[in-house]
Amino acid sequence: MKQQITVTVNGVQYTSEVEPRLLLVHYLRDVLNLTGTHVGCDTSQCGACTVIMNGSAVKSCTVLAVQADGAEITTIEGLAKDGQLHPLQEGFWEMHGLQCGFCTPGMIMTAYDLLQKNPNPTEEEIRHGLEGNLCRCTGYQNIVRSIQYAADKMRGAAAAAGGE
Amino acid sequence: MAVTKMFGASVKRREDPRMITGRANYTDDVRLPGTLSLVILRSPYAHARIKSINVEKARQMPGVVAVYTGKDLVDSLAPVPCAWLPPNSDLKVPEYRALAVDTVRYVGDGVAAVVAENRYQAQDAAAAIEVEYEMLPAVVDQEKATQDGAPQLYADVPNNTAFVWRLAGGDIDAALRDADVVVSQRLINHRLIPTAMEPRAAVAHYNPGSGELTLWCTSQNPHIHRLLMSAVTGIPETKIRVIATDVGGGFGSKIPFYAGEMIAVAISKDLGRPVKWVEDRRENFVATTHGRDHIDYVDVAAKQDGTITGIRVKAYANMGAYLSTAAPGVPTWLFGLMLSGPYKIPNISVEVHGVLTNTTPTDAYRGAGRPEATYVLERMMDLVADRLGMDPVEVRRKNFIPKEEFPYTVATTLQYDSGDYEAALNRALEIVGYEQFRKEQEAARAQGRLLGIGFSTYVEVCGLAPSQAAGAMGFQGGLWESATVRVHPSGKVSVFTGSNPHGQGEETTFAQLVADELGVPLDDVEIVHGDTGRIPFGMGTYGSRSTAVGGSALIYAARKVRDKGAKIAAHLLEVSPDDIVFDQGRYYVKGAPDRVKTFQEVAGAAYLAWNMPEGVTPGLEETHFFDPINNTYPFGTHVCVVEVDPATGKVQFLRYVAVDDVGNVINPMIVDGQVHGGIAQGLAQAVYETAVYDENGQLLSGSLMDYALPTASMVPTYEVDRTVTPTPVNPMGLKGAGETGTIASTPAVVNAIIDALKPYGITHLDMPLTPQRIWQAIQESQKGS
Amino acid sequence: MYPAAFEYYRATSVPEVVQLLQQHPDGKILAGGHSLLPMMKLRLAEPAALIDIGRVPDLNGIQDAGDSIVVGATTTYWNLLQSDVIRQSLPLITEAANVVGDIQVRNRGTLGGAMAHADPAADMPAVALALDASMKVVGPNGERTIPASEFFVDMFTTALSPDEVLTQIIFPKPQGTSGQAYEKFAHPASGYAVVGVAAFVTLDGGKVQTVRVGITGAGTVAKRASAVEQALAGQEPTEQAIESAAAHAAEGLELNGDIFASEEYRAHLARVFTQRALSRAVAAARG
Repeated sequence: MKQQITVTVNGVQYTSEVEPRLLLVHYLRDVLNLTGTHVGCDTSQCGACTVIMNGSAVKSCTVLAVQADGAEITTIEGLAKDGQLHPLQEGFWEMHGLQCGFCTPGMIMTAYDLLQKNPNPTEEEIRHGLEGNLCRCTGYQNIVRSIQYAADKMRGAAAAAGGE
Repeated sequence: MAVTKMFGASVKRREDPRMITGRANYTDDVRLPGTLSLVILRSPYAHARIKSINVEKARQMPGVVAVYTGKDLVDSLAPVPCAWLPPNSDLKVPEYRALAVDTVRYVGDGVAAVVAENRYQAQDAAAAIEVEYEMLPAVVDQEKATQDGAPQLYADVPNNTAFVWRLAGGDIDAALRDADVVVSQRLINHRLIPTAMEPRAAVAHYNPGSGELTLWCTSQNPHIHRLLMSAVTGIPETKIRVIATDVGGGFGSKIPFYAGEMIAVAISKDLGRPVKWVEDRRENFVATTHGRDHIDYVDVAAKQDGTITGIRVKAYANMGAYLSTAAPGVPTWLFGLMLSGPYKIPNISVEVHGVLTNTTPTDAYRGAGRPEATYVLERMMDLVADRLGMDPVEVRRKNFIPKEEFPYTVATTLQYDSGDYEAALNRALEIVGYEQFRKEQEAARAQGRLLGIGFSTYVEVCGLAPSQAAGAMGFQGGLWESATVRVHPSGKVSVFTGSNPHGQGEETTFAQLVADELGVPLDDVEIVHGDTGRIPFGMGTYGSRSTAVGGSALIYAARKVRDKGAKIAAHLLEVSPDDIVFDQGRYYVKGAPDRVKTFQEVAGAAYLAWNMPEGVTPGLEETHFFDPINNTYPFGTHVCVVEVDPATGKVQFLRYVAVDDVGNVINPMIVDGQVHGGIAQGLAQAVYETAVYDENGQLLSGSLMDYALPTASMVPTYEVDRTVTPTPVNPMGLKGAGETGTIASTPAVVNAIIDALKPYGITHLDMPLTPQRIWQAIQESQKGS
Repeated sequence: MYPAAFEYYRATSVPEVVQLLQQHPDGKILAGGHSLLPMMKLRLAEPAALIDIGRVPDLNGIQDAGDSIVVGATTTYWNLLQSDVIRQSLPLITEAANVVGDIQVRNRGTLGGAMAHADPAADMPAVALALDASMKVVGPNGERTIPASEFFVDMFTTALSPDEVLTQIIFPKPQGTSGQAYEKFAHPASGYAVVGVAAFVTLDGGKVQTVRVGITGAGTVAKRASAVEQALAGQEPTEQAIESAAAHAAEGLELNGDIFASEEYRAHLARVFTQRALSRAVAAARG
């Protein structure tokens, strides 16, 4: 039996009737047509489907859409604001943090949570923080640099805002 | 306008903006109204006869539109083709049906196909199909499969041997007879699962009105897939459009032509509706080709001073249950030809048995044959050094082909283009601080700490060519590449390439090349790839060939454009074309730089065509098909430094240094990225990844819960550097950089670990060097002492 | 990747959960879902109904109850990591929670879920054993408290009845000088513990007063290493004493073996990691 859910995704509120078994990732991709969130495995390992739900990174393949009822969700499509790339998006571009691009949305969303929890991470903390995201192309080094780039930029922006 | 030279600049990638904003368009992102979801039911058994299939219950399930078995598709689909047929190898190509008709031969062999309105319903229905199997004995080990009494996969393939391939140069028997020492070792190069992050997928849309098929799919070579799809379905090539623009990684696993895509097409044609098929990861692990899986018996003949005089290899290559598209070429030509490595080895002999087993078919995986050859050589170099009491670096140095001797023809008949192997080795030694490290190692050993250093001095072949050689090797295709350079009336440029980058960044590097050749801004150049409806016939991206071969094609096409532009400019400036100089997008009169026509003005004039020189046709567009005279041979030295925890056997990476020589470099940032990723994959083979079957043919490492793809915390920081030895075989002097990391890194890591274990007298362990395997080896060595 | 169909109920109170469990004997409780949903996606589990306790208000949170710290069943790993009271009194929890899964799993996965699922390779059961936690469960006949040492029965099997729900995990606060440590050998693919050892010691006059060691991953179910504890209790915890006590780590374990780590190797790792965890716990106790 279908259930009604209301979810706010990238600032837009949606109300839908869904089967309880529908995974959040399929809701985002197939119902809302937000195909930037990817599916790379079936065992909650690869992290390609990572989105921000109520402020925290979650694997949207391991959340039922009905569990997200009432939630605020940000996907990769909602990260840039007013045409300005988020510092993480900028970092991945600047530091060549992607090759085929398939894992990238999930990497960026995980890094978003990582930097929110730890704005000044060491390289080791970044690598530990990415344990739930697999990349087959980059060997991770440039992903680490991309996140360091964003951390530096975000701290700079925060310091500037604090100084005003 | 000022145009700076783009060649050599680390330009940011142009493919990135769509990918970092979630707007790329991978196959699963394609949305067509009325699309049906396809699920393929796969065999849970490695070898069984299908006694019956009951699909009635499944047909009645909600949302189900149709269910097909192998028999239903026999008339609409020819068998899955094999397209690399090595001559003189007594090759037998077994029939490979898209869905098995009466016998399944590996876990994952297709048995039935269901299409439903959505994927959940299709999955429900697949679970309701009842198949009755009669179990047959299975065999998974390629050596056992050749023995008498082993289970037979096919009545007409005795001893499961699909081919026996041989190559010889010099006189190996004499070399072994006359050697001071012969070092012998059995080496296992175990099976790997490519695991591109995007599983394979297809959206097939057959339009019954026009008879046209549009197929979006995960392909490294869309034109080849169009050709083969035409061959198996009978739909003319002219009516098929294959689109594979954004592909989430391939590593060779998206070269082959597979059953899943064929089934999607056959069903779309049958029902007249779009059909989408997307692999689950566990399905990907059984239904997409695997890589490597060799057992190599190696004998090396050497003199007391470390000179290698010969190498003999007898290899058993596990081909899986059927011969995949390019599979027979991988353990034969791509392996055997490379068995001289960077060394002067006058006598070489190789014999490869391609064996069919009840496992997922194997095919190219990043490096494809070359990592296997490099592993054999680099492991044996260390074993020879150990036997002779020499430094492993010195044995390598002693046998290098000297830089003065290029081009150099090795005993396997390849002619290496250019090289300076010692320069790369010396640079790597300098970066790693080799002498200092040996002192630290000695001090650490005195404290019971196990430090080790490992080397891999490699050469690889890429930019595979020429087409004539392909013919001699039985490869059913050419090895050229195509490019069309179309200048629009405004002077903006579209480039249509037959290469199909899927992560390698040629949307950027190709634009850099064209911007330089035509003197136009980078932003004025668009690179079009991956859509057979737009691009000329081309071969695709594999074997590190896109830039060396595809890039050359577009350089020549751009030069034809430039030359035609010169004729038009000369006419407009009323001088002879010989008096025109082209520089940075401007045609001017020699000695009179103010008499000038810009490239854009010339483009406009070419399309207005009001005033063309005699004999010059309107328009500004040229196509070039480039067939190189030779392959290219990148080389380098990789060094790995590890510490092994004797209590657990766990390996910690302390340093990883890579000095590669890929000739000239268009975009250093992108090349470094290719090297990083390659190292991670090769290193993972050495210590983490392994596809394990049990005796019944069940894949025990069947999910990402079991198959250890490395995460960020499992790999070291890579220290990469380069030497530059250009190649003469293409106009850019570059060689190819997509696979060097994978080819070089595996033996460097293994050699480092074995070096760390030297105090225990351990000289060889087979991969993957998991903590348990190392710990056990330590235990056993202590039992003996 | 596509679970079979089920009915979904979102409970709002503990009594409602119990009632729903009675109405749906084939139902399963859904908390964070990070143990159950992966199994359902592979159709290894096909419950007829899911009872979502994620929004039951009383089940979430960490309370300092004086002698003990009470953790609600739906408290996530991330909640645990953020808690000052846990970091100060029970750093073993903080240490172990930081190596459970990954950021995303820690954001969603719950302590109660880990306990009730009783995965033989999960980290938290070992921690609960070492800290002598107890589980408060509620069923049709009211509530009862089960000590951790009796809670984990076998692989994926606990002392919970099908109609009971785990509501709280109660950790006694350590008295005196204590030291705690978690040592984990993570599986390179799954991230689960091949072997995980949680150690808790208190010292009195330079000798070991209390010692509790919980081992996960090595065996079919997380267990206290009683032989280790007996060997070390009352001793001066020298390196040799720890090593000889740790030599008993695999005793009483029904060992797991798989393609990554054999039974023999797991037994060895249990000894090595017990020694390491105890050494660190003792060092921490000594300050």
